Amino acid sequence: MTAHAGDEQQSAWNDAVLTADLLALDPHAFGGVIVHGMAGPARDAWLARVRIQLDHAAPMLRVPLHTSADRLLGGIDLAATLGTGRRVQEDGVLVRAHGGIAILAMAERWLPAAAALITSVIDAGEVVLERDGFAVRTAAQFGLVALDESMGDETGPPAILVDRLAFRIDLDGVSAGDLADTAPVAMGAAAARARVTAMAPVNSEIVRALCHTALELGVGSLRAPVHALAVARAHAALAGRTAVVAEDAAIAARLVLAPRATCLPADSLEEQDAAPEPPPEQAAENDSARQPDDGLDDAQSGPTPEDIILAAALAAIPPGLLQTLAKGERKASRAGGEGRAGAHRKSVNRGRATGVRLASAARGARLNVLATLRAAAPWQRLRRAAVARHQGLRARIEVRREDFRVNHYKLRTGTTIIFAVDASGSSALHRLTEAKGAVELLLAECYARRDSVALVAFRGTAAEVRLPPSRSLVRAKRSLAGLPGGGGTPMAAGIDAAAELAATARRKGDTPLMVFLTDGRANVSRDGKAGRGEAEKQALEAARAIQLAGLAVVLLDTSPQPHPFARRLAVEMGGRYVPLPVAGAEAISAAVQRELVSSQP
Amino acid sequence: MALDDDGPFARPAGVAQSIEESEMRRGAVEGLDVIATGTVPSREFPFSAIAGQEEMKLALMLVAIDPSIGGVLALGDRGTGKSTAVRALAALLPPIRVAASCPYNCDPEHPSGACEVCSTHPSATARRALIKPVPMVDLPLGATEDRVVGALDIERALVDGVKVFQPGLLARANRGFLYIDEVNLLEDHLVDLLIDVAASGENVVEREGLSVRHPARFVLVGSGNPEEGELRPQLLDRFGLSADVRTPLDIDTRVTIVERRDAFERHRERFLETWQPAEEALRRTVIAARERLGSTDVPATTLRRAAELCVRVGTDGLRGELTLMRAARALASLEGDTVAGDAHLRRVAPACLRHRLRRSPLDDAGSTVRIERAVSEIFTA
Repeated sequence: MTAHAGDEQQSAWNDAVLTADLLALDPHAFGGVIVHGMAGPARDAWLARVRIQLDHAAPMLRVPLHTSADRLLGGIDLAATLGTGRRVQEDGVLVRAHGGIAILAMAERWLPAAAALITSVIDAGEVVLERDGFAVRTAAQFGLVALDESMGDETGPPAILVDRLAFRIDLDGVSAGDLADTAPVAMGAAAARARVTAMAPVNSEIVRALCHTALELGVGSLRAPVHALAVARAHAALAGRTAVVAEDAAIAARLVLAPRATCLPADSLEEQDAAPEPPPEQAAENDSARQPDDGLDDAQSGPTPEDIILAAALAAIPPGLLQTLAKGERKASRAGGEGRAGAHRKSVNRGRATGVRLASAARGARLNVLATLRAAAPWQRLRRAAVARHQGLRARIEVRREDFRVNHYKLRTGTTIIFAVDASGSSALHRLTEAKGAVELLLAECYARRDSVALVAFRGTAAEVRLPPSRSLVRAKRSLAGLPGGGGTPMAAGIDAAAELAATARRKGDTPLMVFLTDGRANVSRDGKAGRGEAEKQALEAARAIQLAGLAVVLLDTSPQPHPFARRLAVEMGGRYVPLPVAGAEAISAAVQRELVSSQP
Repeated sequence: MALDDDGPFARPAGVAQSIEESEMRRGAVEGLDVIATGTVPSREFPFSAIAGQEEMKLALMLVAIDPSIGGVLALGDRGTGKSTAVRALAALLPPIRVAASCPYNCDPEHPSGACEVCSTHPSATARRALIKPVPMVDLPLGATEDRVVGALDIERALVDGVKVFQPGLLARANRGFLYIDEVNLLEDHLVDLLIDVAASGENVVEREGLSVRHPARFVLVGSGNPEEGELRPQLLDRFGLSADVRTPLDIDTRVTIVERRDAFERHRERFLETWQPAEEALRRTVIAARERLGSTDVPATTLRRAAELCVRVGTDGLRGELTLMRAARALASLEGDTVAGDAHLRRVAPACLRHRLRRSPLDDAGSTVRIERAVSEIFTA
């Protein structure tokens, strides 16, 4: 089994090297590559491979995270403008990358809005600059190498970017041995480039097969088959051919379509169940007993290009993913979704700078001195003349209020999930165990997403914050383990305590979500006295306060026979009521997950 | 008219081209009463070569026929050619006559009252006319506010030491189209600006010691993927039609799309040449429909149906009804019918109303489903 895993990594590295060679042939034609994996020798070796294969004069530039729009697209060159007394334009990094490669560092941390600046340039093949008084178009055709260091369930680069890049490679687990075995660099990249241009029109059967494969794998975007076609052509050129054969398309399907699969073809599911191990590609080859690159002319008896290409793509899907796909459970993760990146809030002076704007728009914001001077620079001559006329004196730099520029920030906020667990006798003890399990499950999920979790328990005469908002798995487990059960249900106190935590979380800039696990049978009032009437009255009051504060709530009714009062509580809170009479930890966790998805923008 | 054969693609790095200049290249003709015999062919993917996406194409053609419908919002899946279709639209639009002296594309015979240039030189504008393609202006996400609304001309201030207003994108888009790709990712302060200008039809600039007012009537066109974020209801309301763009699942359509895209990327000149006749025919269809528009009748029964429909789906305000009426009329004249009736109304209803519905917490059905339900209820009753 270990040998098999080793083989797989070896082929992952071979595919990565092949991807580098293809990309370097014509970087702009494929959009680019997502390179998943941590910084290290494998990534360095891969980037070096691209560099060697790339035309010597072609630029290869790095685009750091949080590169501002003016550095990305261009704008006014302040120093040169002041020096020459003429308005001088400075090119952005994307223009400078024309004809080569732009390397996007930490692609998984780019926000869609920032990534969209890049994708619009990829789409147009030029920078359309409408900034700082400039209105110009400048060619900017490059291949984008998006370095993705996301781990585990973390969301990868923004989907808007992913859709534009043909390739995806994974360098995690590539060993030093693999690197040593790297295929030597083939000569004649220039000749291969010429062959791409002169390539014969691609047989429409092959185009159809690529489209068919994309559709069977649930790849909706039409950019994918367009890219696959370009990759097939480049592969044929690399292999010294002047026409695209089925093998080229099969490799294109493996490199471009397989990593995007969101489902499996219906008829392949049974095959997968019966014999998950042998790759269908081998089966196909054995059947026909000939190589797929024999051409298409005599394809009546053997497998059609459609079969070969689909099989090649299927064979490239990692076994783990196959299972998830087979169950139809793939979450919108790296393949498409944004994940739930937390609500973005605007803030005058916290978070990541997303742009610069006129100061009049926001008070109390931090002045961006550089941007202000930049705004003031072009007017110096005019202003000096005016000032000299009126007052007969000269300031060194005339800065006026309309020059003031302030940074415009965006905060990346997390979600705080506050569990309010009814640990009373009526919520039977075993329910508590399930609640604990659910919290642990959610915590593991939240940790991956950088969300935090808090826990309030209420039983006997009062509520207690067992766990303040935390991302620590260990701490949460410890505080849950010691949670006792039994006694009355001080519902109002529980609601109050949870609401207080939620309000605090909101003040800190997080988005709170309260999750009540209770049967709703309030019987202890705030002062600790037993008595259903007063306890219910207070509970409803506390619930209304939550609605007034506009906090997000879900109430999971854990009693075996759902009770109308619990529903009423949920309604008064302005939240969702979910009866879970036979809930296990997974069901609770799933209900909260659903709530998270629907409560987020 | 000379046209660079290599276009934007073979240009070496760092060689910038003024956007103004490239717009002119799309074929401005100078002269007194010159009738343009045809604009210089576009280098964009031809509209007639777009396979599938019938709803989006129809919505775009309807606003090309009657710009007063008020713009199109194309929302949907990635990689479905939304921006391709919008950019292709420019080639279908007949050129307009503009006053040579007016930087805001005013009509020489009927200058806008909001135009300072035309109202101060009324005689000059009446004489010289320029035939220009309809402005199709791109508002890129990275645009700065000064370029959108216009600002002091930096170059003139630096070199000549004079204060001159440099018109922005809103000025350039007057009497044309303003297109925003990934519209839901546009920065909030630019959205605020657009909402205001799109409603008032004029742009008022008070900055850097300048006080300028100019007409800015444009058809707003936006595209985007709803997963990237929601649009503010106020901005939604500025769009007349909205198209729901889904990735086509029919294999033949997909093959056609991929093959045509590939041919366009590889041999652009040849591809454009091949599609030239189809494109010209489509352009004539649109122009003929525009000419018929005035004589296409919208009877009272159709207006009543439109009102009923709006009440049934619960849209606010009159804008829904007006859009329904105009879109039905544009569709009727596109198809050569002299009367806009129920059949036209039914077909345009989803595009007219989909983005005007309030979200109902009790109804999980998509907005398209809700409209279709209302349509079938009303039209069978």
